[in-house]
Amino acid sequence: MKVKQLSVFLENKPGRLGHPCEVLAAAGINILTLCLADTEKFGLLRLIVDDPEKARKALEKAGCAVNVADVLAIEVADHPGGMEAVLAVLEPAGINVDYMYAFTLKRGRNAIMIVRFSDTDKAMDLLKKNGINVLKSVALYEST
Amino acid sequence: MTLTPPIPPESYADFLTPEELRRIQLHRLREIVTLAYDNVQLTRKRMTDRGVKPDHLKSLADVRNLPFMEKNDLRDTYPYGLFARPMKDIVRLHASSGTTGKPIVVGYTREDLAVWTNVMCRTMAACGLHAGDVVQNAFGYGLFTGGLGAHYGAEGLGATVIPISGGNTERQILVMQDFGVTAICSTPSYFVHLIESIEKMDGSFGKMKLRTGVFGAEPWTEGMRAYIQDRAGIKAYDIYGLTEIIGPGVATECCRQSGLHVFEDHFLMEVVDPKTGASVPDGEEGELVLTTLSKRATPMIRFRTHDITAMVSAPCPCGRTLRRILRVTHRSDDMMIIRGVNVFPSQIESALLKVETSLPHYQIVLLRKEGLDQIEVQVEVTEEMFRDRIGALEQLQRQFTSAIEHVIGLRAEVRLVEPQSIARSQGKAKRVLDKRNEGGAP
Repeated sequence: MKVKQLSVFLENKPGRLGHPCEVLAAAGINILTLCLADTEKFGLLRLIVDDPEKARKALEKAGCAVNVADVLAIEVADHPGGMEAVLAVLEPAGINVDYMYAFTLKRGRNAIMIVRFSDTDKAMDLLKKNGINVLKSVALYEST
Repeated sequence: MTLTPPIPPESYADFLTPEELRRIQLHRLREIVTLAYDNVQLTRKRMTDRGVKPDHLKSLADVRNLPFMEKNDLRDTYPYGLFARPMKDIVRLHASSGTTGKPIVVGYTREDLAVWTNVMCRTMAACGLHAGDVVQNAFGYGLFTGGLGAHYGAEGLGATVIPISGGNTERQILVMQDFGVTAICSTPSYFVHLIESIEKMDGSFGKMKLRTGVFGAEPWTEGMRAYIQDRAGIKAYDIYGLTEIIGPGVATECCRQSGLHVFEDHFLMEVVDPKTGASVPDGEEGELVLTTLSKRATPMIRFRTHDITAMVSAPCPCGRTLRRILRVTHRSDDMMIIRGVNVFPSQIESALLKVETSLPHYQIVLLRKEGLDQIEVQVEVTEEMFRDRIGALEQLQRQFTSAIEHVIGLRAEVRLVEPQSIARSQGKAKRVLDKRNEGGAP
């Protein structure tokens, strides 16, 4: 299952990160995990939240530029070579990892990675065929 | 009478009696209006619509019956529609930015170039230059009129010209020190940049022979002049001109540094109310309107410069009988002058529209860093523009930058900003924020 991820455009200056966080808090939305990417001039805040649609509306209403993208939440074995085993499935198929970040908590002995692929559907098929657990969004929320 | 020594023969026309000067002006006005009427469709049509003919010009005041010309007339007839002479007589073309994507083109006959050299010789002489001076010409050479205009003027005067053109600060400083440069031509802001670079390199003007700066192509203030004269220990003069009329050489300061003498034998000046177009009395502020009295390739009749000034008719202690205008410090339109280049906000808007078909909110911020003008274009990120990938956003930034550079010929720093972050007054964004004269250094 694909997970909805929200991206918010931020200017790279002090105080900008607080604004979207305040908006989400006021709307009663819980942030499950987040990742902040930055360049010299701007930043991108990427968020996985418990109610993406409500969060999008709240952020847009507050004047944020919001983008919704499909990402995958993948279970990765927490031992040497765990990540490599996942990539080995995808790279020969020409699927590119645009970016990834770790989920804040583990699922049993495994880590959970949020990954944005160049081709989400193809990546999901390949991962499932190779026995790699792609979390359903529901499962993801339950795990918190 | 104090004259800056020595006065070259070219400058004799600076000292005509007012009667002689008016007689020459009327004679040349009739000639140039006839030339334009006979050869330029736009002029002929507009004059016909108003029921005026060249032989209706009985006195200089009759020029007020002629229609105005605007920069947009050059755009609408791009490239050669206002040429009054066939291409076989045109020996030079120059160009300047138009109000949108395309530049405007002006032509020069051989006689026009002689006139240009003449007025630039007189400009240099009025700034105290003479044979024996070593002139570093840091105006840009090329389609911009500054470089070649100053070049021919200084050379015509018999000075030694170093055609170094703009940019490459380290080499400029090396040449200034090692070649025994006594005078420099550049935009005032570039010279401020040179001052700051020399000071940063622990260099000193004390060891140099530099004595005079001939500065133009952009508005500057008395504060900037004081800074330049104090830090570099030179005399800094303001010169004025515009591509549509001839380039530099329309007016210049003299040793008194108090207003700019207009070369009235070649340019007829009027100062008008920018709203009504009616003449304003001497000494009152208004828009400068110029008629080229001697330019045959692209005669401009009552050209609206959009530069705000006032005419000074009082005689100048330097002895020149040419009337003066006050320094131009602002304009009646939204044209910006950045590093000597004319830029309209509409040009930047047209560039943004080439990348994003629905125009985002934007703001142009003008800054001065180490004496150099910088343009920052802030663009609000919209839903349509926003991509989740950093690379895609950076590419968008690059697309904006290159589209702007393509249109205005200058590199702007494009900065993507958050939606609604540009201040709006009554729902309309303020398009230009000029912060160049904020802070300590000019």
